[in-house]
Amino acid sequence: MAQRIDVKDLNIYYGDFKAVADVGMAIEPRSVTAFIGPSGCGKSTFLRTLNRMHEVIPGAHVEGTVAVDGVDLYGADVDPVAVRRQVGMVFQRPNPFPTMSIEENVLAGVRLNNKRISKSDAADLVEVSLRSANLWTEVKDRLNRPGSGLSGGQQQRLCIARAIAVKPQVLLMDEPCSALDPISTLAIEDLISELKSAYTIVIVTHNMQQAARVSDRTAFFNLAGVGQPGRLVEIDDTGTIFSSPREQATEDYISGRFG
Amino acid sequence: MTTADLSSTSSEFRALITQVDKRRHRKDRTMRVLIWGAFVLAMIPLVSVSLTVVVHGMQKLDLDFLTHSMRGVFGGADAGGIYHAIVGTLLITLFATLISVPIGLLTAIYLVEYGRGSLARAVTFFVDVMTGIPSIVAGLFAYALFAVFFGPAVRMGVVGSVALSVLMIPVVVRSSEEMLRLVPNELREAALALGVPKWLVVIKVVLRTAVAGIGTGVTIAVARVMGETAPLLIAVGTIDSINTNLFSGRMMTLPVFIYQQYQQGLVPCTPGQQNCIPTINYDRAWAAALTLIILVMLLNLIGRLITRFFAPKNLG
Ligand SMILES: Nc1ncnc2c1ncn2[C@@H]1O[C@H](COP(=O)(O)OP(=O)(O)OP(=O)(O)O)[C@@H](O)[C@H]1O
Ligand SMILES: [Mg+2]
Repeated sequence: MAQRIDVKDLNIYYGDFKAVADVGMAIEPRSVTAFIGPSGCGKSTFLRTLNRMHEVIPGAHVEGTVAVDGVDLYGADVDPVAVRRQVGMVFQRPNPFPTMSIEENVLAGVRLNNKRISKSDAADLVEVSLRSANLWTEVKDRLNRPGSGLSGGQQQRLCIARAIAVKPQVLLMDEPCSALDPISTLAIEDLISELKSAYTIVIVTHNMQQAARVSDRTAFFNLAGVGQPGRLVEIDDTGTIFSSPREQATEDYISGRFG
Repeated sequence: MTTADLSSTSSEFRALITQVDKRRHRKDRTMRVLIWGAFVLAMIPLVSVSLTVVVHGMQKLDLDFLTHSMRGVFGGADAGGIYHAIVGTLLITLFATLISVPIGLLTAIYLVEYGRGSLARAVTFFVDVMTGIPSIVAGLFAYALFAVFFGPAVRMGVVGSVALSVLMIPVVVRSSEEMLRLVPNELREAALALGVPKWLVVIKVVLRTAVAGIGTGVTIAVARVMGETAPLLIAVGTIDSINTNLFSGRMMTLPVFIYQQYQQGLVPCTPGQQNCIPTINYDRAWAAALTLIILVMLLNLIGRLITRFFAPKNLG
């Protein structure tokens, strides 16, 4: 099910501004890959190119290839909408749809696409998705209440359930815990560890401990200076990155000497 | 630290936090008086207009007046009503709304969701220009447009609807545009990331989230054109009897009726004449004015109910 991602010579632009340059990396299937690096180095930007959300911003475009199981996502015959169904995304700030109930939020990927689904199938999908997001027991008695009435941590897990309900193969998470308290953060980290048996997961985080805790591999991004494009410094097994990185910059960043 | 020390520092601290800033207080009071004064000043004309219309309008406003037209009514006879004008106003504004809302809403969607570069700038510019069109010019425009096809004697309800929609469209565009821009970009991205095509995101997320505000904007636009007189006088004309066909012949509308009655002025009754009220035309004008205000208020009420029904429910 889960897929391998190969990125080659990727340059990412906002209009004329080159935000990220020359990224090449391989992301293993059924594993968690963490992106770390100082603010503005292009982690979010790069992450969004993995499901073609980058081009939603006017003027934004990329050069290079992102291949999922050997198929280039930027190939001429690829439909970005279909890509996004295979590569789901969870955002930094929880963003449930305010006009929808908890249940409708989970079903959003189905309902918004005008797909028909039987009542019992819908109920099953809601339960399975909420269970895999560790939210079921907390909300099973109020599925018809507005999703925005939940706490921040619950909302974020609701967003994860919503992303899972589309049955993607890859899950991208951009600082999913940055707006959450330590307990919700732990809940989501546990969730990530469970989900990696079925999904390929990529997570951006500013929290070194979190990267060390949840990820199998870690990629460190850096930027040479303001106005310069961000670059991938190195990617390796998380243990190696945190104990004996190859690059001095990585060690400096991890040990808190800058960033 | 001894107790004496403690009490002395605490009294110093008390002095610090209880000090009254006299200047700030004075400023605060002055501003408060000014703001209240402005509020009262703004209320005076509103209250005065409403009172006058209610006091004058109540004299003639009754069921008979609301359910009869002016057909065959002449002189100072205490008869006739505004049924034909109510029907005309409702039909013409309804049709104007049916024209303006799709055009205005689609334009707003284009500007917010799709429009980039010079075309979007041009559209915005023309909407601005349209906002400034005097209503009588809108009437002349609609008349001229239809005169091309139906000859110079054309007078139809639909011509009035077109004239009103020229006035309505920019208001609908502007208010809808604002409401659409208020929809957080995060919601669009959330839906796009679920693999929903853009047009469905626009319809099912953006419009759905903004629908309450858009409804309010449309209500305000309708209320604004409901009282338009000049364009209807040109495009629709006047008539004494009921006409429910927008596509044939003149129609009466409330604002035009008010103007017509006012213009006829006092009736020269001969002394001792039976069934002749000198001020009957003025009475009818006031009663029609009251009806128009009530109609607009009803419309606002409906708009509010719609808004409440569709508004995002945040509190669980
Ligand atoms: N919508 C945008 N338009 C133009 N430039 C952008 C846009 N979003 C980001 N950038 C630029 O791209 C560069 C990378 O930004 P990005 O958001 O990817 O950084 P990041 O690594 O995610 O930072 P953070 O850790 O603070 O989230 C920055 O220089 C930023 O200014
Ligand atoms: Mg970021």
